[in-house]
Amino acid sequence: MSKHTLSVLVENTPGILARIAALFSRRGFNIDSLAVGVTEHPEISRITIVVNVIEELPLEQVTKQLNKLVNVLKIVELEAGSAVQRELVLVKVRADNETRSQIVEIVQLFRAKTVDVSPEAVTIEATGSGDKLSAMLKMLEPFGIKELVQSGTIAIGRGSRSITDRSLRALDRSA
Amino acid sequence: MTMTEQATGAHHPQPRPRSGGHQPAPENVTGAQSLIRSLEEVGAETVFGIPGGAILPAYDPLMDSSRVRHVLVRHEQGAGHAATGYAQATGKVGVCMATSGPGATNLVTPIADAHMDSVPLVAITGQVASKAIGTDAFQEADIVGITMPITKHNFLVTKAEDIPRVIAQAFHIAATGRPGPVLVDIAKDALQARTTFSWPPVLDLPGYRPVTKPHAKQIREAAKLITQAKRPVLYVGGGVLKAHATAELKVLAELTGAPVTTTLMALGAFPDSHPLNVGMPGMHGAVTAVTALQKADLIVALGARFDDRVTGKLDSFAPHAKIVHADIDPAEIGKNRAADVPIVGDAREVIADLVQAVQKEHSEGHRGDYSAWWKDLNRWRETYPLGYDQPDDGSLSPQQVIERIGQLAPEGTIFAAGVGQHQMWAAHYIQYEKPATWLNSGGAGTMGYAVPAAMGAKAGAPAQTVWAIDGDGCFQMTNQELTTCALNNIPIKVAIINNGVLGMVRQWQTLFYNQRYSNTVLHSGPESNGKEPSAGTRIPDFVKLSEAMGCYAIRCESPDDLDKVIEEANSINDRPVVVDFIVHADAMVWPMVAAGTSNDEIMAARDVRPDFGDNEDD
Repeated sequence: MSKHTLSVLVENTPGILARIAALFSRRGFNIDSLAVGVTEHPEISRITIVVNVIEELPLEQVTKQLNKLVNVLKIVELEAGSAVQRELVLVKVRADNETRSQIVEIVQLFRAKTVDVSPEAVTIEATGSGDKLSAMLKMLEPFGIKELVQSGTIAIGRGSRSITDRSLRALDRSA
Repeated sequence: MTMTEQATGAHHPQPRPRSGGHQPAPENVTGAQSLIRSLEEVGAETVFGIPGGAILPAYDPLMDSSRVRHVLVRHEQGAGHAATGYAQATGKVGVCMATSGPGATNLVTPIADAHMDSVPLVAITGQVASKAIGTDAFQEADIVGITMPITKHNFLVTKAEDIPRVIAQAFHIAATGRPGPVLVDIAKDALQARTTFSWPPVLDLPGYRPVTKPHAKQIREAAKLITQAKRPVLYVGGGVLKAHATAELKVLAELTGAPVTTTLMALGAFPDSHPLNVGMPGMHGAVTAVTALQKADLIVALGARFDDRVTGKLDSFAPHAKIVHADIDPAEIGKNRAADVPIVGDAREVIADLVQAVQKEHSEGHRGDYSAWWKDLNRWRETYPLGYDQPDDGSLSPQQVIERIGQLAPEGTIFAAGVGQHQMWAAHYIQYEKPATWLNSGGAGTMGYAVPAAMGAKAGAPAQTVWAIDGDGCFQMTNQELTTCALNNIPIKVAIINNGVLGMVRQWQTLFYNQRYSNTVLHSGPESNGKEPSAGTRIPDFVKLSEAMGCYAIRCESPDDLDKVIEEANSINDRPVVVDFIVHADAMVWPMVAAGTSNDEIMAARDVRPDFGDNEDD
């Protein structure tokens, strides 16, 4: 099993997320995480999908099948080494007067932020790679995690090149 | 359903006119009129459908159209398969129409069927008014959501001004690249609203760019392999028919001298009578074709997809073969079997380019020598030809019925089969010499396909004789369309291969379930046994049933009457003809590769495994 991060540029049309999610499930691929948002061009959305690929169903099949969707403009695999990948977590940790300072110390170690404090809990916001965030959560676990919410991974390639350039030109041409 | 959803005449932006065009001024119309005008412009001559509440506005202007013929079917499934049969017989996009909710869901089976067999189809469905969508309104169904996995693409239209563009896009997507079904769901208020119509609209599909031109380097590589191979096979699939590449295929086959095997979807792509044709591959393929693939050192797959019914157990399929795989759909290449030379492109362009590349190889003195291969192939052909035994009891053999229908059929006859034993026999015992003469449900295996598909084919090709070869099980699923045929002057011919059982399922029960015939007996024959009240009743009586639907109907029970009955059926062309052929129930389809086993385990007949002698592993 291997993990791959795909950036999928799509036309911003109704139902596109359903088309993509349904394709993954019916073709037997596992989505590890998913994040969607519009790009610098309002007609194009970018879907970042982290997919778990098993040997029998290679990544190539995923991208070829995705490419067949009429509203999909472009698919780029972002390799870990040449891309910046980030996730966001918000986590509510049990805290009292005795433990609060220890928790705040962990927050600082991971360059996270405390975004809400109450007598029984603190809420922490952290961004980073999946590895960093799971390391932080491991440290916080002994205090008691009351609630955890995580975003899907988003990713962008390093350097000056943009994956949207050419797709935008295609869109302009056809419009 | 209320009819009060308004046509407010609200202002809508107009379609952008094409630059430099000399098109007529936009027409002021309703959405419904715009739909019918669009159908006229894309050349949809025949539409199969049934009206209902949500699609009703579209049926009003349809009545006035002199360019679009609407055939009122009896069930939406019939409309869908008819559109498929029309498309397969004519090469044009088939069109079916239904209302929202159950009308639309009744199209699901034919849409799935067309998707599996890559048939260009546009299904137009009415939807509840846009404001009512999502409220569980009367006859509301999310047909766009339902058909997402079984369409090439689909659209929900909620604005009248989008109708011409979406219809143009739908026909374009359905017909180009790898063809397939496209569904257009139109909200009732969009049909009622006023808008303007101008043609052609701008096609805006930046994410849809099918590759048709093959890569020259890959073509050269493939040509090289063809001339180097000792045991090549051209494995021809339905894509060759879809691409109208049969003339090119004949040139390539004769140029190389390689054997050709045509899949169930490709029968007619290469003449059955041609000496290079080694038959159909697959689970019920000819021994020679199946064995040729197993022993090949090179398989050139042209518009075929290595379906499990062709490969059998995948990891033992064609173990010695290098694979050249040409398909217009890149996702098919490497999906089931890794390709040594992948070629993405339209089959016609691929084969035309291959011909040139092979000619170049020949001119450089590289020519394949397949003489030893042909010695093997010819030995298998002689030793294991297709064949069947006559029943001992003097009853009709189903294979003979089908064979004689094929032999007595007028030139250019189109055959449509249902799914099951009769389908395989029709594939084996009728000679297909020309493209678009064999229509069947290959990928989906949809029982009930034959009658409506034959209807669609006859509507599209009225000058040709159309025979539906159907089973008695299949026939009972969709025979209501014979009424449609009778009322609309669509005189098809139907051969019911009536063995009283669900024959293919029963064959599996015979072979794999110790002859325990659970729920495969449809009726228990003409003899009363004094125990079961149904025995001896022959329910339903297909002759009476067909007569009630306005057909000429005949029953044939004896081999002595066979030719006379077929000739009588062929002579009647003013109404549909149904022949109830009472055939032997125990006939089985051979050869056969049992499901899940290797193609090496092919059985030529029951308990007869071919002996391939000493050449087993060369």
